Amino acid sequence: MNLESLRDLWLTYQSTVAFIGLNGLLALSVYTTLACGQLSLGQAGFMALGGYTGAILTFHSALPYPVVLAAAALVPALLAVPLGFPVLRLKGVFLAIATIGFGEVVRIFFVNLEFTNGALGLTAVPQRTRVWMIYAALGVALFVLWRLRGSRAGYALEAIREDEPAARTMGIHADAYKLAMLVLGAALAGLAGALEVHFTFMVAPSTYSFARVVEMLVYAVVGGTAIFFGPAVGAAFLTLLPEVLREVGSRVGLQPGPLRPFVNGLVLLLVILFLPDGIVSLPRRLHRALAGRGAAAHAP
Amino acid sequence: MGQQIVNGLFLGSIYALFALGYTLVFGVLDILNLAHQAVFMLCAYVALLLVGSLHLHMFAAFPLAVLAGGLLGVVVDRVAFKPLRGRSDSNISGLISSIALATILEAAGLQLFGPDVERFPLGTVPDRSVQIGGAIVSELQVVIIAIALVVMGALTFLVQRTRLGRRIRAVAESPLAARILGVNVDRVIAAAFFLSSALGAAAGVLFGLAFNNVAPDMGRAVELKGLAVIILGGMGSMPGAAVAGFALGLLEVFTVAKLGSSYRDAIAFGVLFLVLVLRPHGLFGKAALREA
Repeated sequence: MNLESLRDLWLTYQSTVAFIGLNGLLALSVYTTLACGQLSLGQAGFMALGGYTGAILTFHSALPYPVVLAAAALVPALLAVPLGFPVLRLKGVFLAIATIGFGEVVRIFFVNLEFTNGALGLTAVPQRTRVWMIYAALGVALFVLWRLRGSRAGYALEAIREDEPAARTMGIHADAYKLAMLVLGAALAGLAGALEVHFTFMVAPSTYSFARVVEMLVYAVVGGTAIFFGPAVGAAFLTLLPEVLREVGSRVGLQPGPLRPFVNGLVLLLVILFLPDGIVSLPRRLHRALAGRGAAAHAP
Repeated sequence: MGQQIVNGLFLGSIYALFALGYTLVFGVLDILNLAHQAVFMLCAYVALLLVGSLHLHMFAAFPLAVLAGGLLGVVVDRVAFKPLRGRSDSNISGLISSIALATILEAAGLQLFGPDVERFPLGTVPDRSVQIGGAIVSELQVVIIAIALVVMGALTFLVQRTRLGRRIRAVAESPLAARILGVNVDRVIAAAFFLSSALGAAAGVLFGLAFNNVAPDMGRAVELKGLAVIILGGMGSMPGAAVAGFALGLLEVFTVAKLGSSYRDAIAFGVLFLVLVLRPHGLFGKAALREA
């Protein structure tokens, strides 16, 4: 294969590769709250704040791109603090509902904001994102989550996830940890939002609907939330899947529109029912199943 | 003023029916069924097909669509919730599996019926109206409010006065104790899902008739309103859901009249937020220590 065809191949698949990374970041932003047993469904709101912050700074200032990205991560993170205080007192279902409400409020706010062109959003955002930047951000996020494992904070998070009242009794500041993870997730979502906006040339409220949150959740859960790299694996798997399905769908004659959410939903359902630790637990399960069969064969 | 009140009660009766479905399952299982809105949408289509293609009268199509909703609810329970029962994290995993099922059902709706808005044929409902005081009330509005009130009354009777209702309340109190006393817990839960989804279906058909608008994404908007209603009323409280449904309907209609329609959706979330921050157990709910 010569250099020319290699470059063609890259141009064809560049955006798929970029979206694997972006979706990985988004999946990790859902994972951060799941890691302490919370389900935040407001990540699309944080992502919108990051995306709009980035686009506005790019249009109205001469700041270098890294500063713009930092601001896009910082704004949702700062907003997550006052949001987190009342909201994290809520548990389980209540937190999920409150954060659904938050995400919708952010979306409605941008729909009504004249300054950013309302529901149409802003177009012709300069393409400042390079694919390596996305993977650098993903790498840093994975590194931080990897270092967290086995640390004091990591054990505290696990304890909170397994049994929060017990963790509190042990003297763990559950609220502080939960708030920190919400802020971290907000920053990741904001960063991914800005990176995406500067890659796809546009920002509009419809990008940040509840369906987007469901997508992130699907990546995280399908990949597996028991370990930090699971969500990124899930994002890669499920971003590639539609590419394959588009081929299959066009041959079977199904509409491509509904097919993608249908398959996403089906994969999510199957994984949560039969593979609670996600597809990253698949090798271990297969290994155990094979070993189990071997042992059974040896039994008298 | 009188007109706004009538419109608010009319909208509120649909919200209340929808939210009662949520709260019934939550009261029994402590689980939020996010596939509720998909049942709402699909049953509006069922009624539309019965009226449009089979030329049934609306009064025959309505109970059939409600029945279809109930059966769909049993399927939702079997597929998304029953397999997870007994798992330690069934609260969050149930929420996620119901989101998955909602996505599947919604995509199925989109595939089967297409993305466009569909309407009931002309003359499905009477379009006469009467004047009460200063307000003009259409017969449809009267019928919908009446149906909602009758259904709420029937539900209250069912839960408070019948054997099935007693069993549902027993399972809500403690599934383990109910099982020991000889209650078939799985069957009671399936019955709760049947009732809940039948209520959602009724709300869906009435919503489709009221706005003459049936579309695959009609459930999304109502889902969030329904969540605001059960939070305001108190999770698991049936009178709370009914009262809060009417309250939200009135609030929304008055907001549109005073502030304009762009803030219409923000109201529901404003209410949701305030209640969660100030009084998380809602107007009628009981505070619980362990609800995670």
